[in-house]
Amino acid sequence: MIAVIDITGNNLTSIANAIDRLGFESCLTHDPKTIERASHVILPGVGTVGAAMQALQKHHLIDLIGGLRQPLLGICVGMQLLFESSEEGNEKGLGLLSGQVKRLPSVPGFSIPHMGWNNMTWLEESPLSQGLKDDDHFYFVHSYAILSHENTIARCHFSTEFTAVVQKDHIYGVQFHPEKSALVGMTLLNNFLRLTRS
Amino acid sequence: MLTKRIIPCLDVLDQKVVKGVQFRNHRIVGDILSLAEFYANEGADELVFYDITASSDQRSVSVTWMNQVAAAINIPFTVAGGIRSLEKARALLNAGADKISLNSPALENPSLINQLSAAFGAQCVVVGIDSRWIEDDFYVFQYTGNEATSQNSRRKTKDWVVEVQERGAGEIVLNCMQSDGVLHGYDLEQLKYMRAITTVPLIASGGAGKCSDFVDVFQKTGADGALAATIFHDRILSISNVKQTLVENNIEVRTS
Repeated sequence: MIAVIDITGNNLTSIANAIDRLGFESCLTHDPKTIERASHVILPGVGTVGAAMQALQKHHLIDLIGGLRQPLLGICVGMQLLFESSEEGNEKGLGLLSGQVKRLPSVPGFSIPHMGWNNMTWLEESPLSQGLKDDDHFYFVHSYAILSHENTIARCHFSTEFTAVVQKDHIYGVQFHPEKSALVGMTLLNNFLRLTRS
Repeated sequence: MLTKRIIPCLDVLDQKVVKGVQFRNHRIVGDILSLAEFYANEGADELVFYDITASSDQRSVSVTWMNQVAAAINIPFTVAGGIRSLEKARALLNAGADKISLNSPALENPSLINQLSAAFGAQCVVVGIDSRWIEDDFYVFQYTGNEATSQNSRRKTKDWVVEVQERGAGEIVLNCMQSDGVLHGYDLEQLKYMRAITTVPLIASGGAGKCSDFVDVFQKTGADGALAATIFHDRILSISNVKQTLVENNIEVRTS
């Protein structure tokens, strides 16, 4: 069972649909026991880091997520939550990874939010990148990002270079939306769902 | 590099996809779900569903068919049509829509843009602007889904473009009414003018008739995406035809 952490009740239909299409069973939940027992945990991208942290706190999930050992995937804001803090509202994150999420710089010719399909460069081999190549385009929608990081495994270029995919041990984060990224997104999500607990 | 987006627009009337000419004389071109799947498979970067008479009929777009669309496709999509409340927007986003597009309701109640942007983030809030030249300037029209109700809002387009961004719109779709459905190309002058005062993504809409129209709109106006309906619905061009031409002109698009 794949647990998709549902903390705000907002817009999780697409991720649930995508998991379903890949033939896995998922549940939207904020129940600690269900999350602990799940084979994989997804922290989806909804709202802002501040709102998400408040909701995680309310459901007593902050320490629990830190203690998980099964594959964990943060998507978009869910990825940003993995870090120590975010410039957006100057909020604290889960702190599973070091560093601060920054606002993408305003540069003439680049409309913020970064919205649309962009390609990225894989910096190293990863179980997530199987079957994917640098020319593949993924769907991004965000104004904040982790710029460079020691755990960056794929980077993307917009108004600056930023981290598109991060990985440390069992913790994975993607700044784009695999569930909205057509076939390549499904490939990446499938790669994640096939990871086994280390 | 961020690619330019090609966005088929599905105007929905009584649960069917329709297309008119200059916002009149609508005819049925297909079924919502099958067209959505067709375009997603063909390489569309995003889809827009406009329930075109929702605002003029004082109702809003149906959550049920949004749910079905979300289950059928895995690319982003926007819904528009008579969305006047936070609750309605939430229901549509929960059904799987990525963005909510406001048109007439934003003109009726501009603070709706602020409310939706604060609740869901600017990236979810698109403002659609139906604009046409009247005597001395471009003006915003409302209730354009039905020619009997279509009317000049008396707001200048340039003022409204600035205001909606200040209120938290994350994207603007500029529907150039005089070029809509007539296949003579996008309104490059108007788009270029509005691009200069737009810091969020700007989507061009109205007038695409051949592949070179897309090249022109990207090279000459700096639009982030181009919306089209008639040429795709009538199978005059396929999305891959358009993208191939863009690639030949060194314009970055998603081809995989």
